[in-house]
Amino acid sequence: MTGAALKSTETFEFTPENNEWAQGQIKKYPEGKQASAVMPLLHRAQEQNNGWLSTAAIEYVADYLDMPKMRVMEVATFYTMYNHKPVGKHVIEICTTTPCWLRGSDDIVAAATDELGVKMGQTTDDGEFTLLEVECAGACVNAPVCAIHKEYYEDLTPDSMRQIIKDLKAGKELKAGPQNGRHRSEPLGGPTTLADFVKAEG
Amino acid sequence: MLQDKDRIFTNLYGFQSFGLKAAKARGDWDGTKALLEKGKDWIISEMKDSGLRGRGGAGFPTGLKWSFMPKENPDGGPSYLVVNADEGEPGTCKDREIMRHDPHKLIEGCLIAGFAMNASAAYIYIRGEFHEEADALEVAIEEAYADGLIGKNACKSGYDLDVYVHRGAGAYICGEETALIESLEGKKGQPRLKPPFPANVGVWGRPTTVNNVESIAVAPTILRRGASWFSGLGRPNNTGTKLFCISGHVNNPCNVEEEMGIPLKELIEKHCGGVRGGWDNLMAVIPGGSSVPVLPKDICDTVLMDFDSLRDVQSGLGTAAVIVMDKSTDIVRAITRLSAFYKHESCGQCTPCREGTGWMWRMMERLCAGNAELEEIDMLLDVSKKIEGHTICALGDAAAWPIQGLMRHFRGEVEQRIADYKSRVAAE
Repeated sequence: MTGAALKSTETFEFTPENNEWAQGQIKKYPEGKQASAVMPLLHRAQEQNNGWLSTAAIEYVADYLDMPKMRVMEVATFYTMYNHKPVGKHVIEICTTTPCWLRGSDDIVAAATDELGVKMGQTTDDGEFTLLEVECAGACVNAPVCAIHKEYYEDLTPDSMRQIIKDLKAGKELKAGPQNGRHRSEPLGGPTTLADFVKAEG
Repeated sequence: MLQDKDRIFTNLYGFQSFGLKAAKARGDWDGTKALLEKGKDWIISEMKDSGLRGRGGAGFPTGLKWSFMPKENPDGGPSYLVVNADEGEPGTCKDREIMRHDPHKLIEGCLIAGFAMNASAAYIYIRGEFHEEADALEVAIEEAYADGLIGKNACKSGYDLDVYVHRGAGAYICGEETALIESLEGKKGQPRLKPPFPANVGVWGRPTTVNNVESIAVAPTILRRGASWFSGLGRPNNTGTKLFCISGHVNNPCNVEEEMGIPLKELIEKHCGGVRGGWDNLMAVIPGGSSVPVLPKDICDTVLMDFDSLRDVQSGLGTAAVIVMDKSTDIVRAITRLSAFYKHESCGQCTPCREGTGWMWRMMERLCAGNAELEEIDMLLDVSKKIEGHTICALGDAAAWPIQGLMRHFRGEVEQRIADYKSRVAAE
């Protein structure tokens, strides 16, 4: 881990923008129930902290919400989307649960690990990429899928997985969603239903 | 086959905008005020008469669930509607399409359900990975506020309802309603003992009803078109339309809205281009999301896709997520991967589940290789029975059922594997 982007400061504080956003989050819940905002605040703290939660960030959120630090630590360690060590600039989360596995997620994992030279769960030496195995992403009819930077990449093949990684390395913009030409979750080749709703733009 | 005029989710595939203008053109928010003016009792009785059963997996009658909420709170405090959008049952990807392509159906449903249950706010708990879906929902909620459809004096009805999106953070267990409530309170998602039921003591100690996205999103259309329209589709006790998610070894995996009770074979052949390699190449289907027991081809030949038909063959409709496996599938490996999933997702609260899911997974790994004794199959089944029904929530059951289904229909496959392993070892 040498990349400057991976370094976390020992102290943590929301930026003014994030502070304002956090205040808005707290208002969503009844008075005195500000603990309900702990998950969104941890998400935002993680984003601000280059993709992972340092102890300082967790403790900051606890103080922010007037919660015992241990309670926030429990939440931060219970949910899988919170990272507890530095991650690469691009985190590639590949689903390998049965629906994706049936459609060849083993080959997607093989392509990604080969292209990056790291195993699942590891980060490349240059701090650019982290590969993670995730449980069901909930896009099963577009399997196999991976998630990168808040977007899903679907209907993957080993080739399209490699291409996505190459494009990320080259700093190119990616096209999220299905990688095989279909629009969303309709059958490939066109819907079998809703003929009148396919073309008309609303 | 269901006709397009009877489909509720006309923007399922997102060919049109999800925005308010397009949603209204598709019929959303049409006469909502008039529906509310018919009163809470009318809404709940229409929902009961429609026969709608909860679309999140358990199939509990939605109207009946709504009727459990207190009509008035003697203490004057609030009640809540919570929408379960923590979609994560392997195979299931339908609520995602509602939220990113038809969010106004869900928001209008929140208003109607919230009104019927006297809720002061609705919280939509969406799984953390669904960024696009949460963003679309937030935009649609903003539009609805700006248009006076929700918020103070929603639709000029005199009723106030706030709608909020709450993002999860990656925990399958939060799809269980009491774990979801815990999570919404800012805690680890560990299920609560029932009773008390959420309708009495829910989020922040207040009366709460938790409904699946699809259950809420179909409510406005049911009320507009009438309970008898909905109950006229499907079969008795299994009425209406349903979003099906067909994944795995079909030529064209897809989501599609179909009539309840459609034959499984017709569903796959009409909408998915058939099983890869043809129907005769089918090995097995998991018909309702990963938790429900697998079915072999001979049952798939004729089974209907609804709650009662699938229960009668010792499986379930669940979320109507159909996972198809052709004859190339290593079915023991397919089920073992699910065992790994449940081990990963056990919240750790109850011992039978915390310890049992790991034990069953390790046992399944050995069976995958065949490195086991024949009598260990019965031992595994025995352990699965000791987990099933002995935990606070149904995750223990959900971990046990796939294994029980495998052994019910494919025990010969597992036994063969053990025999092959033994002869390999003997030959070495």
